[in-house]
Amino acid sequence: MEKPEKLIVDGKRLDGRAPDELRPLKIEAGVLKRADGSAYVELGANKVLAAVYGPREMHPRHEQQPDIAVLRCRYAMAPFSVEERKRPGPDRRSVEISKVTREAIEPVLFLELYPRSVIDVFIEVLQADAGTRTAGINAAAVALADAGVPMRDLVSAVAVGKVDGTIVLDLTKEEDQWGTTDMPVAIVPRKKMITLLQMDGHFTGAEFKQALDLAFNACERIYEAQRQALRERYAIKQGG
Amino acid sequence: MYEIVSSVKRNYIADLALHEKRLDGRTFDQFREISVEKGLIKSANGSARVKIGKTQVLVGVKIEHAEPFPDTPESGVLMVNAELLPLASPTFEPGRPDENAIELARVVDRCIRESETIDLEKLGIKPGEDVWAVFIDIYVLDHDGNLIDASALAAMAALLNVKPPEEEAWTLPEFPIQKRPVMVTVSKINGKLMVDPCLDEESVADARISIATTEDGSICAMQKGGTGYFSREELEKAYELARAKADELRQHLR
Repeated sequence: MEKPEKLIVDGKRLDGRAPDELRPLKIEAGVLKRADGSAYVELGANKVLAAVYGPREMHPRHEQQPDIAVLRCRYAMAPFSVEERKRPGPDRRSVEISKVTREAIEPVLFLELYPRSVIDVFIEVLQADAGTRTAGINAAAVALADAGVPMRDLVSAVAVGKVDGTIVLDLTKEEDQWGTTDMPVAIVPRKKMITLLQMDGHFTGAEFKQALDLAFNACERIYEAQRQALRERYAIKQGG
Repeated sequence: MYEIVSSVKRNYIADLALHEKRLDGRTFDQFREISVEKGLIKSANGSARVKIGKTQVLVGVKIEHAEPFPDTPESGVLMVNAELLPLASPTFEPGRPDENAIELARVVDRCIRESETIDLEKLGIKPGEDVWAVFIDIYVLDHDGNLIDASALAAMAALLNVKPPEEEAWTLPEFPIQKRPVMVTVSKINGKLMVDPCLDEESVADARISIATTEDGSICAMQKGGTGYFSREELEKAYELARAKADELRQHLR
């Protein structure tokens, strides 16, 4: 696709959304049989699976911590998830995303409850269209809750950015590629704590604050969708 | 491998923070002593060694021919790599870069790339075939905390020190630098925000936020790290701190 002349026309984005509009979001909890907890998230064209194993015995044992559980996160993209085939295995980008994902989730866990154990979170991006790390965090939070891991709260995440001089919510691949700025944010909704923040591009101080407003608002909506997914998973079904 | 801090020291640092004090007597908005030396490495096109307190980072810049990326056939290429050398800390081990080294390199990369510090569009030679590649190699020599700020400052100083390759293919009058972004890392300890954490502070901090700003005060890159969190008010305060300190750090690039 060639770069369009304008990414926003008459206040509408290429896919017809308003600047503060989220792509269609679908969250499902408990989608994998073998995992202790799992979740599937679709955000626009993004399709992301997350699975949680544990708390379980930590291997290799020398990585055990005597006083707490270790949280291990692995973010990975399927070779067929992007336009040009991605070589399987970790690259520098996925190593960094795995690290910031772990740091985004860890604040809500009670790791001190499970010394010498590990909690594994596996995030697999099956189809990518910008915003995969935030979709992955949304899925991982639901999967952890589905696994019954004690949590202070869920974690909700979304990307905001700047496109054609306008602050927009939830960028698509085109907006990420040709826009000015991308800022993924993760929030612990009840306490309004920011646990992930990355940014590249250009923001003035005022734009930064405006972008944060947008992210906080959207995370409220994502939070509700996450909770709804968990409610549905554990609802008492009539006649079941 | 982790840095291990005794609980006595941990509590001491946290307690000091409550009283607006720090281990080495600095104020919350005070950097350690900074020195920038340029051009130490003759075999590099540009180089700089930055010391922030006892932390030492050496950056070498090499400029070589390379194939362009298919989506930008006329633009030069920027590559940033970081090595946490085993001689710099007992916790650094030989081998492939770990997640900390990768994060460091990618944060510095975004700081320079997203601010358009180097005018990469001018670094084409033969469209689609040959362009100039700028390799920025970060060599951490001594780790006493705040590697991000030291590395970003050293990278910027090394870029300002670049002498273009003496080749016919190089036709520009000078190396095209357009901006001077500066990274400032703010640490949160016991609910208090402070710049330039030393190693002990870094090891007990709940979280950090690194903010890169250009001359006009706008932000070009940010990265939160650590397993703690920031409130919105804390983030805005961190930005003000980073912006104010960036001007001071930029003085060292002259």
